[in-house]
Amino acid sequence: MKTAVLVFPGSNCDHDAYHALKYVIGVDAEFVWHKRSSLDGFDAVVIPGGFTYGDYLRTGAMAKLSPVMGAVRRFAEGGGPVIGICNGFQILLEAGLLPGAMIVNDSLRFVCDYVHLRAGTDRTPFTRGIPEGTILKIPVAHYQGNYFADERTLSSLEERDQVVFRYCDPEGEVTRESNPNGSARNIAGICNEGGNVLGMMPHPERCAEEVLGSADGRRLFDAMVAWLGEKST
Amino acid sequence: MKAKIYVTLKRGVLDPQGKAIRASLSHLGIDGVEDVRVGKFMEITLKEIGVEVARRRLDEACRRLLANTVIEEYRIEIGG
Repeated sequence: MKTAVLVFPGSNCDHDAYHALKYVIGVDAEFVWHKRSSLDGFDAVVIPGGFTYGDYLRTGAMAKLSPVMGAVRRFAEGGGPVIGICNGFQILLEAGLLPGAMIVNDSLRFVCDYVHLRAGTDRTPFTRGIPEGTILKIPVAHYQGNYFADERTLSSLEERDQVVFRYCDPEGEVTRESNPNGSARNIAGICNEGGNVLGMMPHPERCAEEVLGSADGRRLFDAMVAWLGEKST
Repeated sequence: MKAKIYVTLKRGVLDPQGKAIRASLSHLGIDGVEDVRVGKFMEITLKEIGVEVARRRLDEACRRLLANTVIEEYRIEIGG
């Protein structure tokens, strides 16, 4: 089982993701430079957070044109599990692999804090075994995490079971106060129709060990390993 | 030849920067400002490819990279 951690100019959570995968979860992980145009031999892809290309133009706008994104598209079309975290989510949106776009937080402030998430669907490789309604504590760190999509897209996301996480309070209530950035319908993470591509603003790789304040993030990677295990048998 | 491209958030997409600037203008005592929308301005220098070709290429450039049409709209001015 081998996971790819993509590295673009300006990625800065790549080592965190690598650490979580290799040393916490114990799966094989490899950094993949954005100029590579193949992901052959990999079983899962992580697009980590950061500030690719200095967020020039729009977050993720330049990275979507890197050669590796063609490979990510083919990998995703083949049903392979892809998780985009924070800037990785923004790249997936810009690349059109997920619907919608990110705008500046409604507070106009960079938000860096633990938040609570309410799980929406367990049909993705990263949430298998995390039932709907589960509350996870995972940190966010972003300036442009205000998820936007038109009303039709938002309704379609809900109808097709594509809302994976919503910001909530510690009791799991999805409230306006628990929304750290103004995201439409408190959306923190969504998947594609097939369920194999997940984008989320919170950082599970930053909280995969109790010593870091929460180990809830580990559950996503454990789910991925279990999903890949089921698939290969 | 030169082209100017203006990219702004669509109506209906919250523009927190515009809102903050409007509030600041009012703090300065500059009254009568109803709304502020913040956007991007790009000046592009093109080879002499003709206005029609330029417009087509820039339109493609806007759709594929310079603007994100989920949240933004764009306007292209050629010449000058």
